[in-house]
Formats: sequence, C-alpha cells, structure tokens
Amino acid sequence: MKILTGNDLKSGAVTWWAGNGWSLHVEDAVDVGTDAETILAREEAARRVVSGYAIDAEKTADGVRPAHIKDRIRAVGPTVRLDLSLKPADPAAGNWVI
Amino acid sequence: MYKYDQYDQAMVDARVAEFRDQVRRRLDGTLPEDKFRPLRLMNGLYLQLHAYMLRVAVPYGTLSSAQMRVLGDIADKYDRGYGHFTTRQNIQYNWIKLEDAPDILADLAKVEMHAIQTSGNCIRNISSDQYAGATADELIDPRPYAELLRQWSSFHPEFSYLPRKFKIAVIASATDRAAMRLHDIGIEIVRNEQGEIGAAFYVGGGMGRTPMIAPCINAFVPLDQLITYSEACLRVYNRYGRRDNKYKARIKILVHELGKDEYTRQVEAEFAHLLSQGIEPPLAELERIKVQFADPAFETGLPDSVDRSDPDFAVWVDRNTAAHRVPGYAIVTISLKPVGGIPGDATADQIRLMADLAKEYSFDELRVTHAQNIVLPHVRKADLYALWTKLDEAGLSTANLDTIGDIIACPGLDYCSLANARSIPVAQKISERFAGREAEIGELKLKISGCINACGHHHAGHIGILGVDRKGTENYQLLLGGSEGADTSLGQITGPGFDEDGIVGAIEKATEVYLANKQGEERFLDTYRRVGMAPFKEAIYG
Repeated sequence: MKILTGNDLKSGAVTWWAGNGWSLHVEDAVDVGTDAETILAREEAARRVVSGYAIDAEKTADGVRPAHIKDRIRAVGPTVRLDLSLKPADPAAGNWVI
Repeated sequence: MYKYDQYDQAMVDARVAEFRDQVRRRLDGTLPEDKFRPLRLMNGLYLQLHAYMLRVAVPYGTLSSAQMRVLGDIADKYDRGYGHFTTRQNIQYNWIKLEDAPDILADLAKVEMHAIQTSGNCIRNISSDQYAGATADELIDPRPYAELLRQWSSFHPEFSYLPRKFKIAVIASATDRAAMRLHDIGIEIVRNEQGEIGAAFYVGGGMGRTPMIAPCINAFVPLDQLITYSEACLRVYNRYGRRDNKYKARIKILVHELGKDEYTRQVEAEFAHLLSQGIEPPLAELERIKVQFADPAFETGLPDSVDRSDPDFAVWVDRNTAAHRVPGYAIVTISLKPVGGIPGDATADQIRLMADLAKEYSFDELRVTHAQNIVLPHVRKADLYALWTKLDEAGLSTANLDTIGDIIACPGLDYCSLANARSIPVAQKISERFAGREAEIGELKLKISGCINACGHHHAGHIGILGVDRKGTENYQLLLGGSEGADTSLGQITGPGFDEDGIVGAIEKATEVYLANKQGEERFLDTYRRVGMAPFKEAIYG
C-alpha cells in the first residue's frame, strides 16, 4: 500500500494521512493509491503539512508498517528514548521498529 | 568571557524580530515553504526526523553560567527536558515547534546567544580548544582570535552564500584538541624562529564522504593580518569552489583539484591585493576583545595536592582532570557519556546543575567540547572532591574521558533525516560491553557516524564506525587507525560490515589484538600503527 506522511507545519510533529485529515498515529494511515500528489499539493497549500511524501507500507497484525526503517522510526519515535515514544506503554515498540 | 557590545546585541535582536515576522508570514501563508526553508535554516532551524530541530551556536564552545542555565530552561520550556551537545561545540534541541522558535531565539538573545549561521552554506560556529585560557600547554589564549573571527564571519556579506558550509578552528597548543586539521581552515597559533607569534594556516581539511587532512599553506601569518589572510582563503574558495555538485563543493575538493601549491599561489595573490585594501580590523578592536578574556581572579598559594583517599574519586581525578597553568587549579571534564547513555545528551536539570557548579567552582565559566562533553576550566584542586560529589549525585561523574566509553556519536537514524543507520544504540552497546575496562584498555577514541556525512567523526576515531544502509538494513563498517589530534590520520576500513551486534563483537576482537600486542605504554592507536591492519583483520574476519 502507499501511504502519506509529512510533518505538521506548526508543531513539526510527524503526521500520517488518515483519509479525512492527518493523524499522529501510523495505524490510522490509509492507502492513497495513485492520489498521493493530489492530496499533498492540496494539504501543503492549506498549510496543514510540510515536507510530505508517499511511502510504501504494508498492513500487518500490528497495524500499518512502513517499509523502510527510517519511516518506522518516524512512526514511533527515537528507539533510544521509548519514554518519548507514541507507544510508551508498549515495551516492544523498539523491536517493532526494527 | 566576551560580552556583547551594543552592535552585537542590536544585530541579534534585529534578527529575532526579523525571524518572528518570517515565521508569522509562513504560518499565515504569505511565505511559502520553498522561500521560508532557507530563512529558517539561516536561524539554525532544521526539519528533522521527528520535529523541528534548533541548533544553538556556542562560540568556540564557551558559555557563562547564566547562558548554560537558559539552555537548561529552554530544554524544559520548549523541548522535552533535554538537549544534545554536538561535535561543533553547539547544542541542539530535537522537539521544537515552529511557532515557539521566535520566542526561543528571544530567550537566547537575552543572554547574548543565537542560532545564526548554525546551518547553511556560510561560515559556521568557530571552534577552538576547550582548554583555552586554562591549559598549561598553550602558547597564548586563542579565544580573542576566535572571537575576532566570529565577528568577521558573522553576517559577512560576501560569504553568506558560499559553495558549501565552512568550518574554522583556532588553537594555540601543539596538543590539538579541536581536530584542527580536519577543518576547512585550521589555524594554529605558533611561534616562529624569531620568537614572534603568528598563525599557521591549514586549509582544505574535512571529513564527510571525501575525508582529507588539511595541508599547511602558510606556516606563519602575522597575527595582525589574520583576518586579511582568512578573507583571501575564503575569496579564492568563493570564486572557484564548485557550485554544480554539492558533493564536490567543499574547499577540500578545490584545494585537492587545484593542488595545494596553486591554491596557495592564488591565496597569496589575493592576500597581497587585500593588504592594500586595509580590511584588517583595527588593533584597538582586538585589544577591546582581549580585555574580556583576562584571567579570572585566581588565588595564589593554593595547595597543589589532592586528597585521593576515596578510590572512586581518585580514578575520576586521574581520568577527567587536566593540568591547569595556575598552581592549585585543575581543568575538569564532565563526561556526558554515562554507561549505556546517549552521548552528548544532558537533561535540563543536569544542564542547570552544571551551570550552578560552574558558578560555584569555575569562575562562572563552562566549555562544550567537540567530543560532546562539558569542561569546567578553572577549578581549585581543593574543591575537586566537593565538585565530584555533586556531579556523582547527578549521574555526571563517569570517569571515562578519552577511553572506549567516551564515544562521539552523531544523532543517527534515531533523530536525523540524513542518516542511514542508528548510531546511538551501537554506542550504548559498546559502552555497556566495555564498562569497567577503561584502565585496562586505556586511551581509545571511538567515533560513530550514522551516514557518510561523518558528523560523528568516524574517519578520525582510533576505532571508527560508519553506519550504512544495505538494502534497507542497517550495516556498520569498521575503521581503524584514525586520529584527530596532533598526529591526525584517517582510519582505514577493515573489510565487510557487520550488523549491530556483530560490530560490537568486532570491536571486542580489535581490543583483544591490541592488548595481546601492546608494548609498554602504547595506546591502541600506537599499537595499530606499529603492527598494521593485518592482525586485526585476521582476528576480526579469520
């Protein structure tokens, strides 16, 4: 699947296109098929996101999993500071990334 | 320490107001991202892996207690309670909001700090010896010259859009603690045969994907021509440095392609021309600066001995203090490399504590080192135990300076959008694996970069590690034999790379080869240079 990610313009937070808006959680990401450019152009023009790009991902039992480790780390947070992770209660968060 | 005059303060305040307006226009849509991006980068604001990252300049690594305290407060108020000290003697915050950035810059300006020229193709923060003004082994204090260079390079209209970023280091000690020859320009203040003080210029060094050791292009430039000569070096680079290919745009490529002799000839011609233009700052300005680097009120007649009855304290004294030029004082390095910790990170509380300790024990002064530690430059030996006790309570008493646990590591793929592999977890594993073996292994400088840009100085590590992306998987190349001191050398790759656990095992084997072959007081680097790569390779891959 193709999903969209970028950063919130104001906060810089990593965000994922959820179909009707941006989410902080990668598990909300939806398959955009071939619409990536159209959605990004619209959302960047509306200043809702910056530095957006499309990535490959797959749906797994744990949710949507970006194909590349860089985006998996973006999804969860620094693997060396799980206390800052979006999944702080999940001790396996770091392993999920790898 | 240098104190801003009205011009310094006015420039920084004006920049804060300007950036506040630029952020406002970005947020209201009148300034698009492609126009805004270079403006935010000029103010040290990057968009990194997880958020905006702000890099704050610490000129030649020198901080007052008040400045350090504000750095701690910013970590709490605008970030997530910590900061990261960098190999350019700066500090970075990883979780900055764009809308907060102008307020942070305003807070910094109140203590004479900013983030100007911490990014972009301009002259970056001038770096220097973290022991400047304190060490027994320096010729003169290099800081006034570093400050003069800072003023010259700040907002320099001709050098704001260079072919690529530009880094300058200034030292005045033969014991190079600033990786001087791995800079675009390395300046070493020297004495010539006539007994005069001047500057040796080393130009065209650097790390990155094409590491080079800077050759000396002029062994003696009179100090009253320092800025003029620097200007000549930059002018030739600005004129002929490549702008068509960012990977060939650094001055090291120009010097290499022209050849040292031809580059030097052009610099000397430009220098002769510039001498006729009278661009050197008046001596009165240098004198004004020098006054601000006058010695603090050192006491005389202090005891020069230290009570070493506490064994843990004695180990720390031996490892983390250095000789001061004034009897009864010592230079203290606070390691930001606890076992299993993140190299260079400090919590807001630790930052504020170090500020308080500097006020109490070190004449209000701190230094950031390029090895991502903090120095208190002027501590009475009689106060060392009290200082150590307070550091120990805060988790800041790790006795590992220049040992295998004192690792330089870039933020790597955990934070950096350019990285290919994580650096910090590798540093943590190595630090944990070798904890307690500092005395046995001795001096061993280990440096880790998460990509070819070499922010973690892997080329210059006695042991260097380079993280690469191999088909989507992190892989780590091992290098041996680098050094960034007076005996600068570039490390050589041992062979095929390793995964995260494999690289730790490979390092363990390398240290075993060292210990088995070590003669006398040889350091790891000395043994490597004597026996060569072969026995290491055999042990690692055999």
